[in-house]
Amino acid sequence: MLRIALLMLFRDRAKYVMLVGGLTFCSLLMTQQTSVFCGIMLWTTATVRNIDAKVWVFDAKVEQVNEVIPLREIEVTRVRSVPGVEWAVPLYLGIEQARLGDGSFQNVQLTGLDTATFVGRPMEILKGRVEDLRLPDAVIIDQVGVEKYRKKGIKIDIGTSFEINDKRAEVVAICHENRSFLAQPYVFTTYDRALQFAKPQRKMLSCVLVEPKPGVSPQELAARISRVPGLRAFARDDLFWTTVRWYIKNTGIPISFGTVVIMGMIVGIAIAGQTFYLFILDNLRYLAALKAMGARMPILTAMVFLQSFSVGFVGFGIGVGLTTLFGLKVLKLETPPFFMPWQVPVAVAVIIMLICSFSALVGLRQIAKLEPAVVFK
Amino acid sequence: MSHPITASENSVAVRVEKVVKTFPNGDTPTYALRDVSFTALAGQLTMIVGPSGCGKTTLLSVICGTMQTDSGRIEVFGQDIGGMSDAEVTAFRSRNVGFIFQQFNLIPTLTLAENASIPLILQGWPSRKAEEKAAAVLTELGLGTRIRSFPRQLSGGQQQRVAIARALVHDPRLIICDEPTASLDAKTGHHALELLKESACRPDRCVIVVTHDSRIFSFADWIAEMEDGRVVKSCPAAEYRHA
Repeated sequence: MLRIALLMLFRDRAKYVMLVGGLTFCSLLMTQQTSVFCGIMLWTTATVRNIDAKVWVFDAKVEQVNEVIPLREIEVTRVRSVPGVEWAVPLYLGIEQARLGDGSFQNVQLTGLDTATFVGRPMEILKGRVEDLRLPDAVIIDQVGVEKYRKKGIKIDIGTSFEINDKRAEVVAICHENRSFLAQPYVFTTYDRALQFAKPQRKMLSCVLVEPKPGVSPQELAARISRVPGLRAFARDDLFWTTVRWYIKNTGIPISFGTVVIMGMIVGIAIAGQTFYLFILDNLRYLAALKAMGARMPILTAMVFLQSFSVGFVGFGIGVGLTTLFGLKVLKLETPPFFMPWQVPVAVAVIIMLICSFSALVGLRQIAKLEPAVVFK
Repeated sequence: MSHPITASENSVAVRVEKVVKTFPNGDTPTYALRDVSFTALAGQLTMIVGPSGCGKTTLLSVICGTMQTDSGRIEVFGQDIGGMSDAEVTAFRSRNVGFIFQQFNLIPTLTLAENASIPLILQGWPSRKAEEKAAAVLTELGLGTRIRSFPRQLSGGQQQRVAIARALVHDPRLIICDEPTASLDAKTGHHALELLKESACRPDRCVIVVTHDSRIFSFADWIAEMEDGRVVKSCPAAEYRHA
């Protein structure tokens, strides 16, 4: 009878297309919007992901990675004195103004790496060498910056010079980094040179990057460092999630995307539920005939759920497929954010199947109430 | 509960004894069947006739177990339908009863072979085998070239033939027909009854037809006339027509 159920569904083209269309739209809306939301959240954590350090130490009032309160230089030494620290190096993070050859300005995310070790160096160098950072005025710029300037008609390559806060900088390498929330190009240089580029303040150290000794977990070490007055330390993963949570709590981003996702669910429930209910109503006399001919309720239930889950599965597949195509296109452009972790399609699949179950149950209510004798009326 | 049903020619196939069926209607229930007693013999085509609202269809419904009675006893080929659970009655219907509905109730999105194979599939036959047998029955009924057609592509008479094929495909002992000519013109209705009589009537099978179409009374072996929820006359068809 399950084959019969599928034939009844697939051959009722108009309703089948309507059902699949509704669930595709619902699935597309939920998957795409959630993926864009995840993409934005990923952008907010670009600095954590771009700089490879197990423990990050900030001022005690810092709540997330993009909010830096400068520390005194002496804090590096204080951190080094905490038991369990293998090594600790300073890091400068700041948004500075770069002026190009044609006089135009562009904000850049300046990152000053420990001069001796280059801890936190770019993970992927596309052109040039990290070691050349030791050359005078040397900086490494990321591909986002190169692309931004290219769109303005300015070619940036090794040897190109520009100014950061009126001080000369020369590109010695081009790297690929994760894009930041504000889409400002990452510019890497040494810590000492970064302090020269940056506007002088009483305190200049942004944070301290720490490696735990073998056998000491990053979380454990972060807890120890946080006990030092005036400091707050995060293990890398904790800093990632703390930053994501901060943006969820303190910005309107989740409400905006959540509204669209809920609308997608409502549209799905409304279209799929109503159409499936109509499909059941249209077939009610045939289902009554089947009941009269000896189809028991478990068989009819299985038929209805199979029909419902079939449209759900197809609608979900097409919706997620379209989202994936959108994602591939977007990832090539690298302009809108897009990140679809496996949890997103799984969650959407569960929601779609719940919508289908709801639709099936509404239809089954009608069938359960149905007296087989109605076929004689 | 299920044991082989045996029947010989002219043995009692359906026995209805003192059946009462009411429908709630405010404080006073409406009587659809009032103390109805009735028998139908195997090997015969029995017609239940009477005006609209006299209880014909209700009697048909309680005979095939799609409706519960308030009191009385119904036996079909010796089995007490009233003493069975819902699941047992459903299983009994699936094995032993073939239905021909007034509106045919052919599923419009299924081909003729698929429609006619449903009773076999309900008994657990594999789809392919069931459709092969359904196609053979359809061929016997003159629809061999249309087995892949859909009901909407057929005339009313042809659809009735598919309904007959569906009723016969699993070789049931009891065939129930509800107003089989109501949706057909006189000539087509006549042909449908001829076909039903030829193909369905066998010594070990009972055919019960509910109708108010007096033009087809000639096909009956036995006629039971109902009026106001009672069987007022039950006699051989020849005697009924003569009277």
